[in-house]
Amino acid sequence: MHQDNKRTKGSSLMRGLGAALLMMLPALVFAQDAPPPPNKGDVSWLMTSTVLVILMTIPGLALFYGGMVRNKNVLSLLMQVMIVFCVGVLLFAVFGYSVAFSEGSNAFFGGFGKVFLKGMTGDSLTGTFSKATNIPELGFFCFQATFAAITPALIVGAFAERIKFSALLVFILIWLAFAYYPIAHMVWFWSGPDAYTTAEAGAAANVNAGFLFNKGALDFAGGTVVHINAGIAGLVGCLLIGKRLGYGQTALPPHNLPMVMIGSALLWVGWFGFNVGSNLEANGFATLVFTNTLLATAAATLAWMFGEWIVKGSPTMLGAASGAVAGLVAITPACGWVGPMGSIAIGVLAALICLWAVSGLKKMLGYDDSLDVFGVHCIGGIVGALLTGVFNSPALGGTDVYDYVANAFPNPADYSIATHVISQAWGVGVTLLWSGIVSLVAFKVIDLTIGLRVTEEQEREGLDTVSHGERAYNG
Amino acid sequence: MPEGRDPSDNDANAMKMITAIIRPWKLDDLQMAVARLGVQGITVTEVTGYGRQRGHSEHYKGSEYQVEFVPKLRVEIVLDEASAEAVVEAISNVCRTGKTGDGKIFLAPVGEAVRIRTRESGAAAA
Repeated sequence: MHQDNKRTKGSSLMRGLGAALLMMLPALVFAQDAPPPPNKGDVSWLMTSTVLVILMTIPGLALFYGGMVRNKNVLSLLMQVMIVFCVGVLLFAVFGYSVAFSEGSNAFFGGFGKVFLKGMTGDSLTGTFSKATNIPELGFFCFQATFAAITPALIVGAFAERIKFSALLVFILIWLAFAYYPIAHMVWFWSGPDAYTTAEAGAAANVNAGFLFNKGALDFAGGTVVHINAGIAGLVGCLLIGKRLGYGQTALPPHNLPMVMIGSALLWVGWFGFNVGSNLEANGFATLVFTNTLLATAAATLAWMFGEWIVKGSPTMLGAASGAVAGLVAITPACGWVGPMGSIAIGVLAALICLWAVSGLKKMLGYDDSLDVFGVHCIGGIVGALLTGVFNSPALGGTDVYDYVANAFPNPADYSIATHVISQAWGVGVTLLWSGIVSLVAFKVIDLTIGLRVTEEQEREGLDTVSHGERAYNG
Repeated sequence: MPEGRDPSDNDANAMKMITAIIRPWKLDDLQMAVARLGVQGITVTEVTGYGRQRGHSEHYKGSEYQVEFVPKLRVEIVLDEASAEAVVEAISNVCRTGKTGDGKIFLAPVGEAVRIRTRESGAAAA
């Protein structure tokens, strides 16, 4: 300490400059060569979110569906959800991730450069929604793999209690390859924010970005990619397979509503991973996504409950569980684009429209969508997708769409709800058509080869014993 | 069973089965009432059915069901014919609420009864 008094002013200035230069050196190096390392908070949240989405499927969705069917079929639902989940993550590793999230030669399918996760290690990086911010690519892969697995698992509810297990497995493989992966690519694939340095660079980056991404269709966490997609596949499936024996004449009530409630609660809790994880960063914006997911769902649950109370005479547990899921579905595309009050509006509207869809519409059109995959996921997804265009407006509390070239948000006065809703409609329409047609062809081919449905005798006996050689409740 | 034996031949061995369909929550009252009259055996089954009392409506999302059947208990008591009337009256009194759905009591003759442990037969086994 005493020594410092003897240093001259000049030499300490030189020392200071030298120190400053040394500190700048890493930044200079990174700007030119190595991308910034991932933030440990971001990585932790990404992995935690992935675990939450796994929980949504097993056991969340499995229990939600399992409790809704008769006790002779409960195992078949648990099996279908769990096994489809496993098939889903594995196929995604084989070629799904490559097709969905790598650059292809067109706007519909990615390339095969990352099949079998080629070249991906713990050090591989991928972008987020912020410039110069990366996350480990394997973390992103796992997160997206759980999405690619829960989506086909949703579909099974539409034709519960009568589908042939082998037929389902074949269908899932075809549907993932030709519907889910391209639709995920169309909606979500882009080169990342770092490519948008200038307007020209941005335009070049857009050339091979996803078709619906370029249409401006906003889907923060998968309202289109997951819910509309699965929902329309479910509708096509239940129409082709036909109604359950006794549907409309005999009572087919849920065998275990406590199980349904547990499933719906696990879905809600896990959905925070689904929605907030889609932010890819653990920052302040993520807390907005969290808020939207919390409020929309609570509002939807109450809206469904009150709607049912008024129209049907009593507020049911099944209704509350369904209302929560409807709200979650609808806020999924919107959660990163709307404000909290907008999310409440979305929750309420989605719940009331879905309540009508599973009762009035269903009775009117006469289809047996056993666990309301179309009525909740497809209709709820459509409502959420379209309302995203509305409530994304800054005038209605929304965030607007960030301009990565200007590095700023646009002038709020320039937001056109009409333009955005049209972009959303593109996403809805293309998904309905694409997934609907793929499902139609796939189901038809399977029906003509191995058959879609169990025999009448097997259906009466119950899928648990017939398809799985097991009884759920012994003694 | 010994040849040529007819229940009505020997009055002391004549037995009756009382079958009572009652409201489930009345079981404890019934059991105490018949125990007081010396009844030592009783069998209870959960049943579902209806008489004039119809069920209620339930709704599950889009589906509405009119549930016709109502849960009840079926109580069976086999005893000697002489005691039957008093037991029927006791059951009837203790299970009555005055509202539709109180239930019914049936009586039927029982041809034979056997106690498995001791091989006794007749009214002593009932």
